[in-house]
Amino acid sequence: MSTMVDLRGVTKRFGAFTAVNDVSLEIASGEFLTLLGPSGCGKTTLLRLMAGFDAPTVGSVWIGGEDVTQLPPYRRPVNQVFQSYALFPHLTVGENVGFGLRMQQVGQAEAAARVAEALALVSLTGLDTRRPHQLSGGQRQRVALARALVCRPKVLLLDEPLSALDAKLRRAMQLELKRLQRQLGITFVFVTHDQEEALTMSDRIAIVNAGRIEQLGTAHEIYHRPATRFAADFVGQANLLEAQLLLQDAETVQVAVTGGLELSLPLAAWPVGATTALIAVRPEKVHVAKRRARSNFYASAANRFEARIEEEIFQGATDHLVIVTATGTRLGVVVANESAFGEIFHEGDRVYCALHADDLVVVRAD
Amino acid sequence: MSAAPAVSDRSTPRWRAWLLLAPMVAWLTLFVVVPTAILIVYSFCERDEVGRVLFTFTLENYHRVLDPVYLWIFARSIGYAGLTTVICIAVGYPVAYCIGRAREEWRQRLLLLVMVPFWTSFLIRTYAWITILKQEGLLNGLLHQLSPTASPLDLLYTPTAVVIGLVYAYLPFMILPIYGSVEKLDGSLIEAAHDLGAGPLRVFSAVIIPLTLPGIAAGTLLVFVPAVGMFAITDLMGGARVPLIGNVIQNQFMQARDWPFGAALGAVFMALFAVTYWVMLKFGAGEEETPA
Repeated sequence: MSTMVDLRGVTKRFGAFTAVNDVSLEIASGEFLTLLGPSGCGKTTLLRLMAGFDAPTVGSVWIGGEDVTQLPPYRRPVNQVFQSYALFPHLTVGENVGFGLRMQQVGQAEAAARVAEALALVSLTGLDTRRPHQLSGGQRQRVALARALVCRPKVLLLDEPLSALDAKLRRAMQLELKRLQRQLGITFVFVTHDQEEALTMSDRIAIVNAGRIEQLGTAHEIYHRPATRFAADFVGQANLLEAQLLLQDAETVQVAVTGGLELSLPLAAWPVGATTALIAVRPEKVHVAKRRARSNFYASAANRFEARIEEEIFQGATDHLVIVTATGTRLGVVVANESAFGEIFHEGDRVYCALHADDLVVVRAD
Repeated sequence: MSAAPAVSDRSTPRWRAWLLLAPMVAWLTLFVVVPTAILIVYSFCERDEVGRVLFTFTLENYHRVLDPVYLWIFARSIGYAGLTTVICIAVGYPVAYCIGRAREEWRQRLLLLVMVPFWTSFLIRTYAWITILKQEGLLNGLLHQLSPTASPLDLLYTPTAVVIGLVYAYLPFMILPIYGSVEKLDGSLIEAAHDLGAGPLRVFSAVIIPLTLPGIAAGTLLVFVPAVGMFAITDLMGGARVPLIGNVIQNQFMQARDWPFGAALGAVFMALFAVTYWVMLKFGAGEEETPA
C-alpha cells in the first residue's frame, strides 16, 4: 500500500513549549489511524499540522506524495471534522454541506447531487433546509462528517468528533465511522483520548505522549505487547512490576519482582545484558482458581504461585480482585464474574495462580 | 402536586415585575411619551407674531416641510449621515475585528483606548478638531513643515470637516457593537471555512461578514440615526455653511421662535427614524430566514 500521509521529523514549538517533538509517521492510503493520548500530549497539534492550521517549526508534511508543508489549509487535499463540529450557524444543513463545493466552484447541478449523496451517506436525507441549531448533537456530528466527505478529501482528519455525544450514541457512531471508512476507502486520521474508541475503530494506533509517538501498532499489538510503561498504563489496565534478574540459563531468565514473587520468562524477552527491567502484566492474564487441582488446567503456565484475595470488587460482567502473595507481591486480577470452574471469589479466599511466560511483557520504563 | 405551587410561584412575581418596571415606565412616560405627544400636538398648531403657540389646527407646518429647501436639507442630512456610517464601517470594522481577535488579556486594554475620548467633554474634543483643521492649525502647520511651498488646506467650515467631525464622534458607536459580534465569533468556524477550501477573502465574505452582520446593523443604527440629527458639529466645524436638519430644527426653536414648524420637522424626522429602524429589523430578520 502506498503512503498517504508522511510526517518527516516534525517538531512544533509554541514559544518555549514543545508540543510535537521530532515525530516521523507514515500513514498508509486507506488506513484508519488513531492518535491516542491524554490531553495536552500533542495529538491535536499533529492533526493541525496535517490540516495546515499550524506550520511545523522543523520537518515537513507530505500528503499523497506531495510536500504540503508550505500550503495553507485551503490548498490541501484534506478535510477535517471539528470537535465542536464548527457548523456555520447562518447556513442551512444543505448549504453547510455544499460550502466546500461552492468554494471549489463546482457547478450547481453537480454540487446539488453531491450534497444529496453526502447527506444520504450519513442518513440525513431530507434535513437539508434545517439550521444547525435545529438539529440534535448526533445529527450535527453527521452534518460535519458529510460536509467534510463531500469534498472527497484524500485524508479525513477527525478531532475527537465523538466526545460531545452520550455513551450509547458514541458507540453507534464508532461503528458507523468504521463502516464509512471501509466503504469509502478514504484515509482517516482520528484523534481521541478514549482508548476504547481507539481499539474499536483503528487499523493502527499511535500512542502519543509528551509530543512523541511512544508506540505505533495494531490494537492487538498495543494491548498485548505495550512498548512502554506509558502505553501499558494508558491502554487498558496493567500490573507494572520492577523485576530484578536472579538466574539466567540458555532459554529462560528467573527474576524477582516487587514484593518478592519469583517469575520466569523467556530469555528472548529479557533486554540483553540488563539486571533490572519493568514488566507489565494485564490483570486478566493472571489466572486464578480456588483449588490446586483446578490450577493444573494451566499446567503449561511457566509461573504458578499461591496468593490470598485481599480485595474483591464485583462489577457485573467482571470481578476485580487484588491478590497478595506470601512474600507480599500485590497483583490486580480481573476474572469473569465467576472463574472458569464456576467459582465465586470472596475476600480472604486462598487462590492458586498461574501466569504464562508470554503474558509477561518487558516495557521501557521512560 | 408540584404544579400548584409552581403556578402561584409564577403569578406572585407578576405584579412585582411591574413594580420593578415602574421607575422606567414613569421615566419613559415623563420624558419620552409626553414630550413626543406635545411635539406632535404643536406640529398641528399655529403661532402668533411673537412666537407663542396658538392651539388652532393647521396642516400648514407639514406643507412647509415639503418645501424643496427643507427636502433638500433632509436629503443632505441623510447623505452626510450615510457617508459617515459607511466611513465608520470601513474604519471601524478592521479595528473592531483586530480587538475582537486579539489575545484575551489585550482586549480590555484596547477597548479602553476606544473609550478614552469619552473621558473628555464632547465640546472640548470638537474644539480640538477645530484647532487641528483650521487654516493656521496643527495639520497645516505639519504640512508646512513637510513642504513649505504647498498651499495650506482649507478644511475647516467645509463639508469635509463636518464629515470628519461626524466620523470622529460616532466611530466608537460603530466599533463597540461590531467588536461584540467579532468577539463571539467561534474561531473554529474560520478554520472550518479555510479547511473547506476558502481563501482569506472568501472566508471574510462567506463566513465572517454574515456572522458579524448583527454587529454592523447595530452599529449602523447607533451611528446613522444620531448623525442625521446632529447639529453641534455642523455648527462648530461646518460654520453653519452646510446646515443639516438638526440645525434647522434647532433654529426653529431658538432663533426663529417657530415652535410649530420645528415640531413638524421633528415629527417627520422621527418618522424617518422609525422607518429606518423598521427597515433594519426587516433586513436583520430576512437574513435569518432566506438562504444566503
